[in-house]
Amino acid sequence: MGGALLGILLFLSFFVTSHGLGASGGVNRIAVAVEDLVIPEHVDKTPYIAQMAGGDRDPLAHWIVWEVAGILLGGFVSGLLRGRVKVQTYHGPQITPHTRWAFAFAGGVLMGYGARMARGCTSGQALSGGAVMSVGSWAFMFAVFAGGYVLAWFVRRLWQEA
Amino acid sequence: MAPYDLVALFGTTGSYFVYVTIGFAFGFILESSGFGDSRLLAAQFYFRELQVLKVMFTAIVVAMILIFWSTALGLLDYDEIWVNPTYLWPGVVGGLIMGAGFILGGYCPGTSLVSVATLKLDGVFFFLGHVTGIIIFGETVGFITSFWNSGYLGFLTLPELLHVETGVVVFLVTCMALLMFAGFDWLRSKIYGKKK
Repeated sequence: MGGALLGILLFLSFFVTSHGLGASGGVNRIAVAVEDLVIPEHVDKTPYIAQMAGGDRDPLAHWIVWEVAGILLGGFVSGLLRGRVKVQTYHGPQITPHTRWAFAFAGGVLMGYGARMARGCTSGQALSGGAVMSVGSWAFMFAVFAGGYVLAWFVRRLWQEA
Repeated sequence: MAPYDLVALFGTTGSYFVYVTIGFAFGFILESSGFGDSRLLAAQFYFRELQVLKVMFTAIVVAMILIFWSTALGLLDYDEIWVNPTYLWPGVVGGLIMGAGFILGGYCPGTSLVSVATLKLDGVFFFLGHVTGIIIFGETVGFITSFWNSGYLGFLTLPELLHVETGVVVFLVTCMALLMFAGFDWLRSKIYGKKK
């Protein structure tokens, strides 16, 4: 059910705006906007971020930033309707919240680095590129699942019951 | 004919409103599907819960079929649609790194956003890591420029690669998704028994 709805949304996004969905790229631009406030000279000298925020460029003047704002809002409203908005930590039964935080941070670092290297995340590459049959996006998608499934066995203590 | 030039239609601010709306629906669907919970996302990798794979591939197949038909009916100009360019090697290596990040961190970038929106602390730590990883990449990509641009094949699509009609690929991908669902369901019942 969620899958069919998400598919229709993905189609509508392409139909109306010419591109699919995204997430990591928006977070990238928000992070760069903060960097541009704190260390603008450095931003101008670093090519990868200068193309988003160098000189007079506004990293927030891009569709994906606004989509990320919408994702946060939509997630919040859905959570509110289902009584899921509350401070808590999801973790496997064998680890403490603190261990979970450390792994969440480490996983996030890998995810952020990998998504920039791959030029897109699960939304921008796998979902969007997959739907328009991009060869690179399909290769990417299988790589993500391969990486996840292979490592999953070694780190099963993080998620599985004893 | 679709797609539309939103800035010409609604102005810059109006176009942002459209994107906030699309994002809102995206976030709402992700959270409603339970994807703000890292335990559900991770369970995918142990064949315990298969919603993630099913939602994702159903979405891809549904969108692909709708794009295919609306193009065939002349409602949508496929040439105007953004197709991700293929940079094979950074795509594959980046994907492997992300797969590792997924199982360690429990989220992907999009799902971590709805986790943060519902105040999950593991989502917040993932988000902080995500930003850190992005900044590290931005600062160091200069050292791997040639690798980052390697395996470039342009805006290559599966029908072009396989030299078959688009409809054939749509059919094959749909079959692959259904076979995969059946295979995973079978694996789950083998590992965890019949009960859901």
